[in-house]
Amino acid sequence: MKLVYILTPLAPLFGAIAAGFFGKKLGRVNSHRVTIAGVAIAFLLSLVALSKSLSGDGSVMFNETIYTWMVSGGIKFEVGFLIDRLTVVMMTVVTSVSLMVHIYTIGYMHDDPGYQRFFSYISLFTFAMLMLVMANNFMQLFFGWEAVGLVSYLLIGFWYKKPTAIFANLKAFLVNRVGDFGFLLGIAAVLMYTGTLNYSEAFAAAPSMVGTTIELIPGVAWSALTVTCICLFIGAMGKSAQIPLHVWLPDSMEGPTPISALIHAATMVTAGIFMVARMSPFFELSTTALTFVIVIGSLTALLMGLVGIVQNDIKRVVAYSTLSQLGYMTVALGASAYGAAIFHLMTHAFFKALLFLAAGSVIIGMHHEQDIRKMGGLKKYMPITYWTSLIGTLALIGFPGFSGFFSKDAIIEAVHYSEIPGAGFAYICVLLGVFITSFYSFRMFFLVFHGKERFDDHTREHLHESPKVVTWPLILLAIPSVILGALTIGGMLFGGFFGDAIQVDPARDVLAKIGKDYHGVVAFVLHGFKVPAVYLALAGAVSAWFIYLHKPSIADWFADKFSFVHRILDNKYGFDDFNQKVFAGGSLLLANKLWTVGDVKLIDGIMVNGTANKVGLLSTVVRKLGSGYLYNYAFAMIVGLLAMLSIFIFTT
Amino acid sequence: MIPLSHFLTLGAILFTLSIAGIFLNRKNVIIILMCIELMLLAVNTNFIAFSYFLGDTAGQVFVFFILTVAAAEAAIGLAILVVLFRTRGTINVSDLDQLQG
Amino acid sequence: MPILSLIIWLSIFGGLLTLFVGDQRCRMLALVISIIAFVLSLALYFGFDSSTAEMQFVEHMAWLPSFGINYSLGVDGISAPLIILTTFINIIVVISAWEVIQDKPALYLASFLIMTGFMVGVFAATDSILFYIFFEATLLPMFLIIGIWGGPRRVYATIKFFLYTFLGSVFMLVALIYMGSKADTFSILALHDLALSAKAQTFIFFAFFVAFAVKIPMWPVHTWLPDAHVEAPTAGSAVLAAIMLKMGGYGFLRFSMPIVPDASAQLAWLVILFSLIAVVYIGFVALAQSDMKKLIAYSSISHMGFVTLGMFVIFGIVANAGEGAVASQDSHVVMALEGAMVQMISHGFISAAMFLSVGVLYDRMHSRQIADYGGVVNTMPLFAAFMVFFAMANAGLPGTSGFVGEFMVILATFKANFWYAFLAASTLILGAAYTLWMVKRVIFGDVANDNVAQLTDINKREKIMLGLLAAMVLFFGLWPQPLVDMMHVTIENLVQHVTTSKL
Repeated sequence: MKLVYILTPLAPLFGAIAAGFFGKKLGRVNSHRVTIAGVAIAFLLSLVALSKSLSGDGSVMFNETIYTWMVSGGIKFEVGFLIDRLTVVMMTVVTSVSLMVHIYTIGYMHDDPGYQRFFSYISLFTFAMLMLVMANNFMQLFFGWEAVGLVSYLLIGFWYKKPTAIFANLKAFLVNRVGDFGFLLGIAAVLMYTGTLNYSEAFAAAPSMVGTTIELIPGVAWSALTVTCICLFIGAMGKSAQIPLHVWLPDSMEGPTPISALIHAATMVTAGIFMVARMSPFFELSTTALTFVIVIGSLTALLMGLVGIVQNDIKRVVAYSTLSQLGYMTVALGASAYGAAIFHLMTHAFFKALLFLAAGSVIIGMHHEQDIRKMGGLKKYMPITYWTSLIGTLALIGFPGFSGFFSKDAIIEAVHYSEIPGAGFAYICVLLGVFITSFYSFRMFFLVFHGKERFDDHTREHLHESPKVVTWPLILLAIPSVILGALTIGGMLFGGFFGDAIQVDPARDVLAKIGKDYHGVVAFVLHGFKVPAVYLALAGAVSAWFIYLHKPSIADWFADKFSFVHRILDNKYGFDDFNQKVFAGGSLLLANKLWTVGDVKLIDGIMVNGTANKVGLLSTVVRKLGSGYLYNYAFAMIVGLLAMLSIFIFTT
Repeated sequence: MIPLSHFLTLGAILFTLSIAGIFLNRKNVIIILMCIELMLLAVNTNFIAFSYFLGDTAGQVFVFFILTVAAAEAAIGLAILVVLFRTRGTINVSDLDQLQG
Repeated sequence: MPILSLIIWLSIFGGLLTLFVGDQRCRMLALVISIIAFVLSLALYFGFDSSTAEMQFVEHMAWLPSFGINYSLGVDGISAPLIILTTFINIIVVISAWEVIQDKPALYLASFLIMTGFMVGVFAATDSILFYIFFEATLLPMFLIIGIWGGPRRVYATIKFFLYTFLGSVFMLVALIYMGSKADTFSILALHDLALSAKAQTFIFFAFFVAFAVKIPMWPVHTWLPDAHVEAPTAGSAVLAAIMLKMGGYGFLRFSMPIVPDASAQLAWLVILFSLIAVVYIGFVALAQSDMKKLIAYSSISHMGFVTLGMFVIFGIVANAGEGAVASQDSHVVMALEGAMVQMISHGFISAAMFLSVGVLYDRMHSRQIADYGGVVNTMPLFAAFMVFFAMANAGLPGTSGFVGEFMVILATFKANFWYAFLAASTLILGAAYTLWMVKRVIFGDVANDNVAQLTDINKREKIMLGLLAAMVLFFGLWPQPLVDMMHVTIENLVQHVTTSKL
């Protein structure tokens, strides 16, 4: 099996290298063949791992070092794989969505001059993401973490001629780096307190950290665990775009749509969720950290959903929806329902990838028009896109029976049962979030597919359903979006599926509490009708229908009457402006001041050149003594001689 | 008999005269050369006086050396002087300030 | 076979020979010599016994026996990698000058070859006076290189460079003579064991500190570096950044820390403070630059801050470890020093690569101003790939060598003090900001002007040059183990020395 695990990430890497370095020689068709083959192999191997894992007892299947990267001072830095249930779920999700996106790309990027480069990048991404999820130590986790960030940077800026794209990719990288900054400190803390970077050894040592304190401010002792966990979580906030580090994700939509689906919805942005779930042995020991997590998550879930309502760019609506859903997952983490977070991560990966790819299909049909105000009535032109979008939307809002319903309901229930500080607040946020999710999802759905056709005749002439390479992935993703939740909820949430991969303090094991009342899928669906979430979702859908299809004037009336609220939402609460002014502008101002005042004026001007000038001044005085007359010099000599002689005589 | 101190006093007077000559003279380079000769003579006087009173002839040998060197030096000095006059057209000491920084 | 002498004198006499064969044949000859020197230095790797901290490849000859000065050479795990780096960079430098330098190429190449000999001498010398002579001698070729082939303000830059570094090293000479007269020998290893009072240690520490801090360079004596880099020809900048700065770091390891351990421990806070200022302050200053070379120069200073931080933070870690802990057994102490060493080697490759990349652009456009560029990727896609790769390495991306040293130093620093690590880790953001912002403005975007539209992509020679460096950056990023193996025992021994009080 070791070979299987090694080959899983290497196959896409090989594809990436082939398409990247030899793309010109291979040509377009061979490039996509080789990369798709690589990802397909990875997908099949992941399935092998998954089936082996399912037939096992849920314990760790594989935990070995592949090679020793470095040994320094007795600390081992290794590259190795840890394969357990958590890993195989992630591997399967990553490779399957990646495969779909690869195929879809053939259609979407058909006319792009950077065709081979694009395939190379997304295969490289698959490699990096697999390295991240399969890691058995923090060093490799960080490697994968940064590598997916790199590929994300390259892909957002894929159309490097677009000024907005290269602005967005720099922003994405820097904001992610802020997260990585915390993450690295977290890793340093883990290394310091446990003495190892290996997961299993570090987790084993975690309980010994209880009671250890660190004084960040002299005199105030903090729990070392809380500091460690919050540092690690800052990393997750960067990658999984939680408030206030979420600002890069909407802008990342400047990249091509396939990568929005793959990287900025299904996989990379969920790395933070995965990481926190993986670190559950640490987080479980710090209630403070969990509270922090749940508050950040619920804020993200609610606030980002609200912004989604006022967006008009089809991709940005989906992007804000992604942010909000990531908030849900974070809330689940904070409520110690790690299983529910991973479960939602999985279902979300499929239906959100579906929604993005469907949006991409619409964008192809509309000739790269992304403004939903200029769409409408697309249903009859693009039937497959329409129906798959509907499935994706229903899954997203948590319509009973669809996969999103199970995962979202599990999270809401888990928060409901949770007793940690902040859970009450989180419960309100996630419930409101359900209504909002449904509202903006159907707003977009109705504006795009129903109602009046708001595009021009030229567009109408060319408007038709997308080619098969585009629609097939949609259909293939629609299937799991419907059934995956029902199929897996029992096993994944309540059956102790994750084994030792996730450790939960029994006192707050909310999933176990829910599990006690779990009597099969049908009962769960029926139970869903007893809680407010479903009705909120329906209410959201109905209000969207009413406002945007039935009486469109209401929307304008709202925007007019509550222009203040509208403006706040339109400005995304001012995060972007604030960052731009304070952080970007402030840094530049500081940089300029430090340079012109610190370096140029103080150090160079006063100290270095100042010294030279002072010496120069002194020498202009002294040079007057050098008259050039020999007799003056001789006189000076005599005086000097006399002085020396007299000193000599009088001292001895 | 004339005591040693008288000779030394004579030497010192000669030496001081020559130094004064070098400093005070602003006119002619030749005077500087002559002053240097005078200085050497003052040293010679001391050498001979010590040689006589200490009974060591090495001092008188030195005097011959110095006289020879002084002669050579005078020759070279005068040669430089000639060249100097040719190139600058003057041997006025106040004009010779090329060393000025 | 006296390999070290061979490398040194082959380079020096080879350089002189290059001077005499004339401008036509000098290039080939210089290349051959540099390759032979590199191959010889590889023997240091393959013949190196990494299980001992003793000096290896030792050579000893009496030179001025009455003063106790000897011509003695040798390498250990600290110096051997630096020597190999030196000879490697020298090949790159010769390649980089191939058709670019048309004005007195023989003199140019000769200067670099001779300088290589001197630099190898600095790292190989085990006699402190020999070290000092080589240390100063390296200034001369660099003085010529900047002064003859430099930019418009080269005179200002050369004088600043020369005076700064010379002023620093004079103090070192005084300290060396003082210790030499006390110990009756100038052998560096003997000085390691020389007993010194606390007061003497403090004076000696500052004497060394001035010399090496200027060389490395450290805030606030860093301002010569940006000027020198901006005016120096491309290869001059590459050598300056890749090797000459390392002489300062090497000096700290070889002289300051083991010779005056108590003063080092006592004054470590000062060095750490300056290092952190270098990382943060200089990181910001780099952000404000509009000249690419100046930006990279400031980034070099910032990166070298990690070297000094890694070295002196060990005293903080030792202080935190408490009584009874054996420092050489403390993983964080060893990791900090090894991180500093790895950072030096890695910075050698990356800074050279960055300067050569800017040189590639400069050769075509004769401008270093960021504002004159934009959208270079459209006309030079291959070059853009290299540049982005090196930029990422400069920003410390895992998988490149730039990550390794920073990672180790930050991890180790955390144990000394959370806030040290916090400030050091800010380079993750700042380093990415200034490097990638430059990349954004130079490489990406639409073609900015007609000059950019006429750029041609890199030729074969430039491909080889950048490709070699990229290979090294990637290799040490993916597998730093060979490098760490080489220095491990020496570092442990060093830690032992440094943490043993001389009082």
